[in-house]
Amino acid sequence: MKFGTETVALSLFAFAALVAAGFGVDEPFRQHMWVLFIVLVGFTAILLRNTSFAPAAPIDPSAYMDGPIRYGAIATMFWGVVGMLVGVVIALQLAYPDLNIQPWFNFGRLRPLHTSGVVFAFGGNALLCTSMYVVQRTCRARLFGGNLAWFVFWGYQLFIVMAATGYLLGITESREYAEPEWYVDIWLTIVWVAYLLLFLGTILKRKEPHIYVANWFYLSFIVTIAMLHVVNNLSMPASFLGSKSYSAFSGVQDALTQWWYGHNAVGFFLTAGFLGMMYYFVPKQANRPVYSYRLSIIHFWALIFLYIWAGPHHLHYTALPDWAQTLGMVFSIMLWMPSWGGMINGLMTLSGAWDKIRTDPIIRMMVIAIAFYGMSTFEGPMMSIKSVNSLSHYTDWTIGHVHSGALGWVGMISFGAIYYMVPKLWNRERLYSLRLVTWHFWLATLGIVVYAAVMWVSGIMQGLMWREYDEQGFLVYSFAETVAAMHPYYIMRAVGGAMYLSGALIMAWNITMTILGHQRQEQPLPGSVPALQPAQ
Amino acid sequence: MDYNLMREFADSWGLLAMALFFVGCIAFALRPGGRSQADEAARIPLKDD
Amino acid sequence: MGLMDKHAIIEKNATLLLVGSLLVVTVGGIVEIAPLFYLDNTIEKVEGMRPYSPLELAGRNIYVREGCYLCHSQMIRPFRDEVERYGHYSLAAESMYDHPFQWGSKRTGPDLARVGDRYSNDWHVQHLSDPRSVVPESIMPKYAFLKDTPIQVKDFSTHLVANRRVGVPYSDDMIAHANADLMAQADPNADTSGLLSRYPKAKVGDLDGNPQQVTEMDALVAYLQMLGTLVDFKHYDEAAGYR
Repeated sequence: MKFGTETVALSLFAFAALVAAGFGVDEPFRQHMWVLFIVLVGFTAILLRNTSFAPAAPIDPSAYMDGPIRYGAIATMFWGVVGMLVGVVIALQLAYPDLNIQPWFNFGRLRPLHTSGVVFAFGGNALLCTSMYVVQRTCRARLFGGNLAWFVFWGYQLFIVMAATGYLLGITESREYAEPEWYVDIWLTIVWVAYLLLFLGTILKRKEPHIYVANWFYLSFIVTIAMLHVVNNLSMPASFLGSKSYSAFSGVQDALTQWWYGHNAVGFFLTAGFLGMMYYFVPKQANRPVYSYRLSIIHFWALIFLYIWAGPHHLHYTALPDWAQTLGMVFSIMLWMPSWGGMINGLMTLSGAWDKIRTDPIIRMMVIAIAFYGMSTFEGPMMSIKSVNSLSHYTDWTIGHVHSGALGWVGMISFGAIYYMVPKLWNRERLYSLRLVTWHFWLATLGIVVYAAVMWVSGIMQGLMWREYDEQGFLVYSFAETVAAMHPYYIMRAVGGAMYLSGALIMAWNITMTILGHQRQEQPLPGSVPALQPAQ
Repeated sequence: MDYNLMREFADSWGLLAMALFFVGCIAFALRPGGRSQADEAARIPLKDD
Repeated sequence: MGLMDKHAIIEKNATLLLVGSLLVVTVGGIVEIAPLFYLDNTIEKVEGMRPYSPLELAGRNIYVREGCYLCHSQMIRPFRDEVERYGHYSLAAESMYDHPFQWGSKRTGPDLARVGDRYSNDWHVQHLSDPRSVVPESIMPKYAFLKDTPIQVKDFSTHLVANRRVGVPYSDDMIAHANADLMAQADPNADTSGLLSRYPKAKVGDLDGNPQQVTEMDALVAYLQMLGTLVDFKHYDEAAGYR
């Protein structure tokens, strides 16, 4: 019977959630379990409607498994819009504090929703679906493990829903980018191990003798995130029927463990994984092999080795011992080189085909992504120098830096990959509209420029105001005055974010129409068709 | 074991070992026979879907 | 070479790649994090640190729940302007019982590492309920609902036990009195001598202006009012603490 065991297992889990909702020791936990119960009952109902007693149709083992990838592309788009929308909302809350609605929609509860929404829901789904797409096509093998890919996809969506609703209910471990509480962490661990099995299993059954470098990046991202997630989330629940847990480490050790995790969430989730994306989709869209395959191997090993050391630069001049701070700073600066190895490799793949930047808006998107990658991996090492960090730390400069990486690199390369994949996945001749891609490109790029520039100004200004002394040797500004000075910049930042969001909305429209099978009647972009040649 | 001892090890033998390992990795990647293999691997995504 | 042999080598390669990259990424963490657990000078020798009282711990949990750490650091760096603005620079010892740490990464609002004893209880209650009524420039959200939310006391000792399991020295006596201490600290009529012997310097009395019940506001104010007040810096040896 199709879906027989799955349905039974799901309904049992739903029942367990109902029991936990009844016997939970704290109110947020009971509410959270009600959410889980409703979601699981929904899943069960959908499965029941799809149950069939007919013998399963034979699966062609040589065909690629693209179902979860199609769902993943849609989920990427959906969560992207949600995460960015929450970003614009919290940006406005900083400019207009009356937009806070206590308790559920206060800044402190919405901010993790934004960061997890864009990093794990948008970025995570982009990585999930592109990795499944790339590994099949570079290994020439169907995804391993039958319905395992579906489990990974839906299991990950459940993680997102539980994490997001938990934040609004006030369930958090307060570890930045690792906020979900212990039971959600355990669930993610299960899903992640399944993902590792799925990916490794597909590589093991490949028909291509060589393992393509994109898969190296994806594999190191999956296995490193597994390690970071497990170690950083070690904690002791106060009750197994309650939401609260206490982290295994305390104070200085806890701080370094968290930032060892936090920095490598950037290094492996937002960098290594997306470099894997770059190494497949840029050559495909440009129709040229990667510039130097041997450079990709060298910068792969250098990147994954060096990244893991850089965490202490988040703790400069804190109570972390000096030796650890210095070590973190030195490795952060060295990290500049392998990062730029990746940038050079990506950009130079276009050498000999630079005209495509003018004629192909998808290539243009990928190139700007790599350019922003290069820019933020220069800015990062610079900010990790202790004397620079003494000014930039605790200010908006850090926020601007993160966004030039996240909006510029992660966002743009994902958009490029989705634009490439969607027509192929749904067997469409082309996208609904290339002109809308151009609109998206300019809105997003200008949005990032506004955002990053404003945050540079406000961050450096705030850092300087905090440390300004007058001739008598008194501090010039009270803290409240420095907050008031940020107001115009917070408004402009929200405008930059809104531009980026509107670009994403245009993309969602474009992708939806492509999936529905429409083609917009429009003038071809200049240069995209060869100009007529005069008769000889 | 104290900090100074570890530091001494790190900036002598530890540093040497890492440098040698790094040079070895580069030499392996750039070895003369590796070019054709690398070029072949680089074409994997461009073969037909 | 037969087909099976080839397959074995291929399999080995993928596994090698997995194991190799895992090894490469563990080095940095081991070298940086592991020594913090056994190098003696990581945490300075100070006098006065003690575990949080039950009400302070409950307040700290509210601080975590509301995401205060997203805008407020609790880590004063050793710079002239920060020391003049906020007080003595923070020591590792001061967060030795913090599971999790709350050092923060952003100062949208000021540092709170030594906010204890700086303002009155009434100021805190008013500020948390409506920040702009006392600081017009503030962009902090309102937390008035804390005043109306009674603290959940369903066996608070489990929280102390969980902390003890991860290394906080809560004694059997402290755990046995957890629920009683939690209520007594914010009750103006309670006998707090036992509480104060277990948790010296704890702020006792009606903290939120409502003696009728113990609310989340009581807990949060109790936590804020003890922040950075435990260590006696008259007896702290700067040179010995340098790492």
